[in-house]
Amino acid sequence: MKTKKSNLTNQEKYIKNHRRHHTQIAVMRIVLFLALFFLWEISADRGWIDSFFFSSPSRVAKLLIRLSMDHSIFFHIGITLFETVLSFFLVFLISLAAATALWYSEKLSEVLEPYLVILNSLPKSALAPLFIVWLGTGATTIIVAGISVALFGSIISFYAGFKQCDPEKLTLIQTLGGRKRDAFRKVVLPSSVPILISTTKVNIGLALVGVIIGEFLAARRGLGYLIIYGSQVFQLDLVITSILLLCIIAMGFYKGIQMLEHHIRKKIFCT
Amino acid sequence: MQNLLELKNIGYSYHSLHGETKAIENISFGVGVGEFVAVVGPSGCGKSTLLSIIAGLMEPEQGSIIVNNPDGSLHYPRVGYMLQRDHLFEWRTVYKNVTLGLEINHMMTEERLLYVDQLLIDYGLDKFREKRPGELSGGMKQRAALIRTLAMDPQLLLMDEPFSALDYQTRLMVSADICRLIRATGKTMLLITHDLSEAISLADRVIILSGRPARLKKDLPIRLTLADDDPLAARNAPEFNQYFNTLWEELTNENKEV
Repeated sequence: MKTKKSNLTNQEKYIKNHRRHHTQIAVMRIVLFLALFFLWEISADRGWIDSFFFSSPSRVAKLLIRLSMDHSIFFHIGITLFETVLSFFLVFLISLAAATALWYSEKLSEVLEPYLVILNSLPKSALAPLFIVWLGTGATTIIVAGISVALFGSIISFYAGFKQCDPEKLTLIQTLGGRKRDAFRKVVLPSSVPILISTTKVNIGLALVGVIIGEFLAARRGLGYLIIYGSQVFQLDLVITSILLLCIIAMGFYKGIQMLEHHIRKKIFCT
Repeated sequence: MQNLLELKNIGYSYHSLHGETKAIENISFGVGVGEFVAVVGPSGCGKSTLLSIIAGLMEPEQGSIIVNNPDGSLHYPRVGYMLQRDHLFEWRTVYKNVTLGLEINHMMTEERLLYVDQLLIDYGLDKFREKRPGELSGGMKQRAALIRTLAMDPQLLLMDEPFSALDYQTRLMVSADICRLIRATGKTMLLITHDLSEAISLADRVIILSGRPARLKKDLPIRLTLADDDPLAARNAPEFNQYFNTLWEELTNENKEV
């Protein structure tokens, strides 16, 4: 009786400690955030930094309110979000199809390997001017830029994931009378899910990078355009506000993928 | 006894840029209908290659396999192949794992599924059908792998050291247990092992292969005087030690020659 009771309190203690730890981390994060903004505001207010160049939280807030009034900021955010999400999905589909083809044909993968390595190492921003000439200055160019940054790395990662599959498991499919198609669908694809997810996490960030590069060079709308426009007319409040919005978008994407990952893992491995 | 399969002068070599490695050479033996044959030999001698050839996963470079189906038909007998590890897929439930072969061959018929249900009950896995393989013990996983093989109703069962991944105690129990279950179905069985006691206690016949390249060294029929057919009790049969010594000598002679 006595030991059972003390066990229980130990367990309770453990849970309590665990919760306290997480609360502490969350509080510290918020405190750090507020402190940084407070310091920024004070520095600008006291003239320690020039708020024309460094802006300040209050100036950002004022600008955000003004831009929200005429809805223009939502338009720019929407454009950037749309282009990023579309590039991201296209990257996923194209690299899945390409990696599958490479897995099916050993010869094809051997032939294409050096091309993939070169395309992956090439700085994709070098291609952006070409895209503008070929495709004009519009959403197509920007989506293509977004795709180009993530695509080749993604194909290589997907293919490497497919190849990592235990060869004995492929033999098993063969002993059960299965063909290559069965091996792919029953073994290779399901066993690669963790790698598909981790690559996807990287891809969403890269797609955002590509879209912003594209908007820098070839857009009249989107957050990338606002950043370039703001720097050209020396309206640095606009630049910094756009960067802060990008931070929020990046965090949102990351959280979204994390939730998706959790959902898929639960569905595939735990039910 | 009629032979289901007859191997005639089977040979196979592996090729690389550095040259040719003979894995097996001139192996001939027959496997009777309903017979349980064990194949022993030094490790790396090409036992698995031989099994892959019999399973039809590889073509022999020399020789041929003659098929004598009891019903007189000419098709290659349906082969079930159990690998060393169970290879149950963690992303499938136990039930989805054992029906994998049926799914691949589009054989999810009511008759087959009823048979699988019966096997699950017989092998004590019925309660675990919706569990993941990770939640099963080593012996249960091996049974699940066996059900996956038996679901296709093979005429010939090939086993490549199917118990080697288990610890010794489990191995004794599971091998005895699985052999009893398979004998009850009357299937023909070919078992590769490096455990001589296992070979003697389970098989009707033991085939001894030489070191690489594998040749047939001895074909030893096993006759044990037993009260019942329990493979665990077989180890106490009076002939057991005699057989063990014969096999041991055959295998160690080899090493002296080399």
